[in-house]
Amino acid sequence: MAYKRWIPLFLLALWLAACAPGETPALPTSTSSGPQTLTVMTHDSFAISEGVLAAFEAENNAKVQFLKAGDTGTALNKAILSKDNPLADVFYGVDNTFLSRALEEDIFEPYTSPRLGAIPDEFKLDPQSRLLPVDYGDVCLNYDQAYFAEKGIAPPSDLPDLLQPEYKGLLVVENPATSSPGLAFLLATIGTFGEQGYLDFWKELVANDVLVVNDWETAYYTEFSGSSGKGPRPIVVSYDSSPAFEVIYAASPIDEPPTAAVVSDGSCFRQVEFVGILKGVKNRPLAEKWVDFMLSEQFQGDLPLQMFVFPVSPEAKLDEAFVKHLILPEKTATVSAQEIAANRENWIKAWTEAVLR
Amino acid sequence: MNAISHRSRSALLWLPAALFLALFYFYPLGSILQASFARGQGGLLAPLGEAFGSPAIRGVVWFTFWQATLSTLLTLAFGLPGAYLLARYRFPGKSLLQALSTIPFVLPTLVVAAAFNAMLGPRGWVNLGLMELFDLAQPPVQFTYSLTAILLAHVFYNTAIVLRLVGDFWSHLDPRLSQAAQVLGASRGQTLRRITLPLIMPAIASAALLVFIFNFTSFGVILVLGGPRFATLEVEIYYQTVGLFNLPLAATLAMLQLGCTLCLTVAYTYLLRRVSRPLSLRPGAITQKRLVSWRERLFAAVYITLLLSLLVTPLVALAARSFTRLEAERGQLTQVERGFTLDFYKELGVNRRESLFYVSPATAIAVSLGYASATVLLALLLGLPASWALARHAASPISRAFDPLLMLPLGTSAVTLGLGFILALSRPPLDLRASPLLIPLAHTLVAFPFVVRSLAPALRSIRPRLGQAAAVMGAAPLQVARYIDLPLIGRAMLVAAIFAFTISLGEFGATALIARPEYPTIPLVIYRFLSQPGALNYGQALALSTILMLITAAGMLVIERFRIADVGEF
Repeated sequence: MAYKRWIPLFLLALWLAACAPGETPALPTSTSSGPQTLTVMTHDSFAISEGVLAAFEAENNAKVQFLKAGDTGTALNKAILSKDNPLADVFYGVDNTFLSRALEEDIFEPYTSPRLGAIPDEFKLDPQSRLLPVDYGDVCLNYDQAYFAEKGIAPPSDLPDLLQPEYKGLLVVENPATSSPGLAFLLATIGTFGEQGYLDFWKELVANDVLVVNDWETAYYTEFSGSSGKGPRPIVVSYDSSPAFEVIYAASPIDEPPTAAVVSDGSCFRQVEFVGILKGVKNRPLAEKWVDFMLSEQFQGDLPLQMFVFPVSPEAKLDEAFVKHLILPEKTATVSAQEIAANRENWIKAWTEAVLR
Repeated sequence: MNAISHRSRSALLWLPAALFLALFYFYPLGSILQASFARGQGGLLAPLGEAFGSPAIRGVVWFTFWQATLSTLLTLAFGLPGAYLLARYRFPGKSLLQALSTIPFVLPTLVVAAAFNAMLGPRGWVNLGLMELFDLAQPPVQFTYSLTAILLAHVFYNTAIVLRLVGDFWSHLDPRLSQAAQVLGASRGQTLRRITLPLIMPAIASAALLVFIFNFTSFGVILVLGGPRFATLEVEIYYQTVGLFNLPLAATLAMLQLGCTLCLTVAYTYLLRRVSRPLSLRPGAITQKRLVSWRERLFAAVYITLLLSLLVTPLVALAARSFTRLEAERGQLTQVERGFTLDFYKELGVNRRESLFYVSPATAIAVSLGYASATVLLALLLGLPASWALARHAASPISRAFDPLLMLPLGTSAVTLGLGFILALSRPPLDLRASPLLIPLAHTLVAFPFVVRSLAPALRSIRPRLGQAAAVMGAAPLQVARYIDLPLIGRAMLVAAIFAFTISLGEFGATALIARPEYPTIPLVIYRFLSQPGALNYGQALALSTILMLITAAGMLVIERFRIADVGEF
């Protein structure tokens, strides 16, 4: 009977469903005699070496569970919306463009980690230590070395250079309304040209045929000629670490990056990422241990190759391969977290009016 | 059958779907809307005023409708001839063609954008070829960041819906009806207009509605291929939620989007009631013939070429790129052969940085297939009784009330519902926090309307006389269902299963919000690679996309193997 032919399909489906990771045993709770549990909520880009985490877990007899929830903004929204019923003990990944939103919502408990002393003051943006700095990254212009060598023209050396006729139609940037490096680059122009001047700069950039796309992935892989997407434009907004990663993740071994970052004074914007203990934490001593751990030499040294960012601790050792192709900006454009909080929406709206309409 | 038992049976059939929607749709949605409005000062009215007072948002609403209408018409125009070809003719390679044309359904937008750019971008084959041919300095085709790109991508993604839903229904239409019309002197055009189109209208309407709602809530295509100058309501909701944290306005816009979906589905159910009529469906073996005359062959050749060039060339371009090493880089350390390479595939199996979140391709495949199978099972178990009720108890008030509600999850903003899941389903009484069940549940919300829209037209067109005859001869209602109805809708069950399977394999928006980082699906891993610089990451993203395409095609061919019994085979 034809009907019976359904049975194997159901069996197969059941079997596959049984194989799904769903059937992993429930994690032990902190009340049992086994290891205590710590839940860390973070964004999609978070990564850590197995060995480094294992060391923390062994030392504290703990099991760390990670909850990842989309990009930084989405993850933070998740934490804010669930503040009456916290999903995690610790939140990592708030950056200085979201700092005020996180603090205004009052979702973090202060914790003055003993390790804060070793960290330069420029990174400590919350005087009450509800959010502690962990790492930073600089959003800078990147250019395709081969293009400029071939054409025999010099690459741009700072932001005003981008208005020169020889760079017409060469730049692709991200939309600050939808992309975190896009917002950082807008802030770099505000830091450089001031609140009065940045819109004029952008209008002239439009006249010089700048291309705006919505996300870093499209800008870097579809439009930028220096990446393996081989797009048409040789200048892109990316990070100062991107050239080093073009070497580390090259398709075949190379000793010189195909791209370079523009790091002159005021050309880059620094994004600092923070960690904090969430209000309603279930195991505060363990959460404190985790925050200390994120500021420790071990975790700080692990950061760069896992997350493409730099440790705030000056003591952390950086990987040789990484440092070799790295040039950090000496002076980045500065816009304070308070100014960002007060003006973020207006700046983006004004930018949208000036550039997209 | 008396009225009371009729009504209670209809209620019983609706029960699983009602429970499911109440727990996993209305409860999370209600929670997030409530939490959002609670954050505003002006109650419900202030954000409403803000929404309609802003010319930018009025523009967004207008554009959302306009592009969705245009995309849907184009998809129908492109898909219907194909549905006819697949419905009426047998030819070698037909299943493969069907499988290939469904693959776009599962591909992540960023990957599709890369493929389109490889063909139509400023440095794509088309532009380079034209520049070479006519000695032009500038690329002549302006494709990227235009309305054309959005429309083309929507046709690329959604043609499969028309091919599957309409093609399947049409293939069971008795060809003698139109033959009789032609014998009586009707021209081909008249036959199509007066006989065929009215008869397949329920399937066309179902397909058009699904395609429209998909386009209406389009997100990735608009962001990536449309660029910052275009925004749909879905994009605006995301921006208001994540960028500006204006939750009351985001919730208002989400409700506006829902309201539009609801109006549309109500209109659709009203229309459907007027156009559906019982038909005697015939097995495909009888209705389909081989391509004989030169006209038929020409039509098939032209259409298949079009279909392949629009739907399949981008896929081939992607796959080819994943096996190719480009020209030597600067500062090359070793002598490197250009051309064919398996490096990107080999690299997928290496955890180079000993990262905790490294996922082997085998794990990602197993996770994706596990979720997809669970989704197929869940969606069919919920969808069968609901479709049954829709078809058999169409007039009952319960069916009338439920029918439009089924489509609502498709019209709901992914970021709103995702946050709702987190808010509502991680506290008692329903604490599913970090449970792997969340993902098949979310996927089923999207797949469920497809299952119902595939099954209901088939069930509806079964002539009641068949069941009545069986009942007269002493068959219990369950026996009628099992020996008459189920075999008759075997083909539609396959279509439903394929939709559920592919929707689950490709879903990204909700999955990204609720997946556990140790067990990501294939699209999530593809995005992880694409969010990092470096040729090796890009290559691995393309390699994994190719694997996703192969798995989708293989999965569909396997599902097609489970032929339950075609119409009329009993």
